[in-house]
Order: sequence, then C-alpha cells, then structure tokens
Amino acid sequence: MSNLTSSQTVGPFFKFALNRESWNDLTAGGAPGERIRIVGRVVDGDGAGVPDAMLEIWQADASGSYTPSSDFRGFGRANTDDDGRFEFHTVRPGAVAGPGPGLVQAPHIALTVFARGLLHHLITRVYFGDRADDNARDPVLTSIADPAARASLIAPREPPSGAAASGEPPVFRFDVILQGERETAFFDV
Amino acid sequence: MTTLTDAIERPRPGEQPGNDFPAYTSTHKRAPKRPALAIAHTLTEATGPAFGLDSPAPSTADLTRHGAGEALGQRIIVAGRVLEGDGRPVGNTLLELWQANAAGRYVHEADQHDAPLDPNFLGAGHTLTDSDGNFRFLTILPGAYPWRNSYNAWRPAHIHFSVFGRSVAARLVTQMYFPGDPLLALDPIYNSIPDRDARERLISRYDPELSEAEYALGYRFDIVLRGRNATPLGL
Repeated sequence: MSNLTSSQTVGPFFKFALNRESWNDLTAGGAPGERIRIVGRVVDGDGAGVPDAMLEIWQADASGSYTPSSDFRGFGRANTDDDGRFEFHTVRPGAVAGPGPGLVQAPHIALTVFARGLLHHLITRVYFGDRADDNARDPVLTSIADPAARASLIAPREPPSGAAASGEPPVFRFDVILQGERETAFFDV
Repeated sequence: MTTLTDAIERPRPGEQPGNDFPAYTSTHKRAPKRPALAIAHTLTEATGPAFGLDSPAPSTADLTRHGAGEALGQRIIVAGRVLEGDGRPVGNTLLELWQANAAGRYVHEADQHDAPLDPNFLGAGHTLTDSDGNFRFLTILPGAYPWRNSYNAWRPAHIHFSVFGRSVAARLVTQMYFPGDPLLALDPIYNSIPDRDARERLISRYDPELSEAEYALGYRFDIVLRGRNATPLGL
C-alpha cells in the first residue's frame, strides 16, 4: 500500500476551465460503428436537475477494443445544462472480454460523475436496453443482487420519433439519480 | 462466477473522503445514500484515455499572461511529479488546473463574491506531464474566499487539479492547499479526508530551490495515483 493523493470535490466553479466544447462528441474522428446518442439528466435527492455536474465516459470501440486509435479516442466529457441535462454522441461499443478467461461483458460505457457536493466522483456503467440477452449474461450486472439497482444501469432505447425514422441515430436515456428511492447504482472500483 | 480481483491498487482506509459528510452542506441532497457496490476490475476500469499534444491544445502552463498585461498578485511556481503508488512516473498524462484570482474570485458566472475580477487572469491552465511525470505551472497565489456552507465560512486558498493517469480507476480530481493556512483546520472539504497524513499530503511544500530569485515563490506538489498491481489477474 502506498500513499495515494486524496480526492476533493470539483466544486461549483469549474466550467470555465474544464468545459471543452467538442468533447461530448466521440464520432468526429469518423470511427466505424453504429452511431448512437446517450441523453440524460443528473438529479438530486429532491428530484431537481443538477446544473453544475460534469460527466465523463470511457468506452470500447465498435469492435470491443479499448486501444485508442486515430479515429476513436473512447473518451468523452459533457457538462450539464441549467436543467441538469447532458448528451453524448458516440458509437455503440462492442462486447468486452473478461473479467477472467471465457467471460464476455455486455456492451457498456463507464460513466463518471463530478459535482459540487461530491467529495469523491461517482462511477457507474451504462448498458443498452435493446441488448437484453447480453445484459442477462453480463458478469457485472449479474453480480448485483438488487433488481432495482441492476435496472438503474440499463438505458432504455427511446421510441423512434419522426427524426429517428429519417435515419437519425438511436437515442438511449440514462438518468443519474444521485439520491433517493430510485438512486442509481454506483461502483466502488 | 467472477472473483474480486484488484488489477489496480486500492486506497487504504481513511485515505479517500466518503461522500456522506454532513458538515459539507452540499452533500445533503447530492451524496448517494446507498453504499457503492464493489466490482472486480475489468478492462473497462484498468484502461483509460490517452491524450496527445494536439488535444486539448495548446498547453497553457503560464497563467500569468492570459491577457494584454500581467496578472495581479503574488507570482508562484507550482511544480511536481505525477507518480503511481510504486513510484513509477506517469508521463504524458493530462493535468488541468483552475483557481480563484489573488482576490479570491473565480472567472465564473455563478461566482457572486464581491471581489474584483482581474482582466489579465483567467485562472485555468492545462499541460501534459513530461516522460518523467514532471509538471510546472506559473500562476498567482489564489485568495481565500467566503462561501455559504455555514455562517462566515471561508475556503482556504487552494488550486483545483484534474489528473487522468493510466486507467479510469486512477482518475483524480483534488485540491492543493498552502502551508500554514489557518483556514484549513476549519474547512469541511479539507477535513472530509479521515486520515490526517492523507489530508496533509494535499498541502504543498514551500521549496526555496523552486523559487526564482526576484520573480516567484516555488511550491512543490506531487500527485500519487492508483497504479497497476504487480500481477493483475482475471482481466
């Protein structure tokens, strides 16, 4: 064990330094794969939108590889708006190997949440609602005993709207509920 | 069935703050009430983004010359190394920092503190560590500022740091403090870290070797991130 540096809250005043406009779009490099949008809202224990949260995602590319390439970095960052809403444009990740020989994880995206009031950032995962069979076999999801906690990690696919019908990428909704009855499951990694 | 394997070293008890810390008022509606679920480290946690010199570009390690003139305040050099727990340097990792100006005011629309903004000081910078993990910023000593956590509460002077490291599990956002600050003993954010030694490691050290004669004071701050364990199993 060594002497690690401790976490402190990101605080309320970071947007002017950490907001990088294009970082919520992972598709700019022209990566192959199915284009998708992840949309959601960060809400507090009163159900109010959290206007000062920052979210970061890390994901495999469409083939399930985490090795960065010139067309896909796998990393994104978004800030919430005044109503707590955020959005990422990316490609659907492939299934990822492990943990351990012979195991495969369902396609998922690691999501990290920073905000005033969080002394340590929160870590969770976004799984895809239209991949029920993969999700049912996922070693992380199946290790969670509480069905509500498990369900909080699965982003439902929004019903197609007029725009979706005309070839817009599918939209998955993932709300981050910091506290309360429908609290999102967070991980100690 | 999976077994809990620690591909990435874990913090020792008391080294990291928990989110349930009522003395910090903003936790009341935002800290999760359920304990975080321990999961095995998989490739997802044991890998992380890489940054190049192209993004974000360009490096802004001198915060004193953002505007047409020089920023007001005490010039300081903040330098250190980013390391993993075993002492291995973390080279080419992205370090972002941000801070209030010398008067204790942020360039942020929501900061309503009645203290002057400095047109020559933005208070934001970033750089990549060199191949040996070194970084160096030239900036201004930030001022303390009041906040509404409790009556007449003041944050000790601090600089925020965001560091990536080699894996998602190593990701760190923290705050660096200054030696001898009487506000530290009263600050709930600083005191949210249970372990006293761990708290004190967030206080930078005045380093006369780093100071530049007749120009700037030097403060040293090393950042130690979670590294890979020697034999990561099960990935």
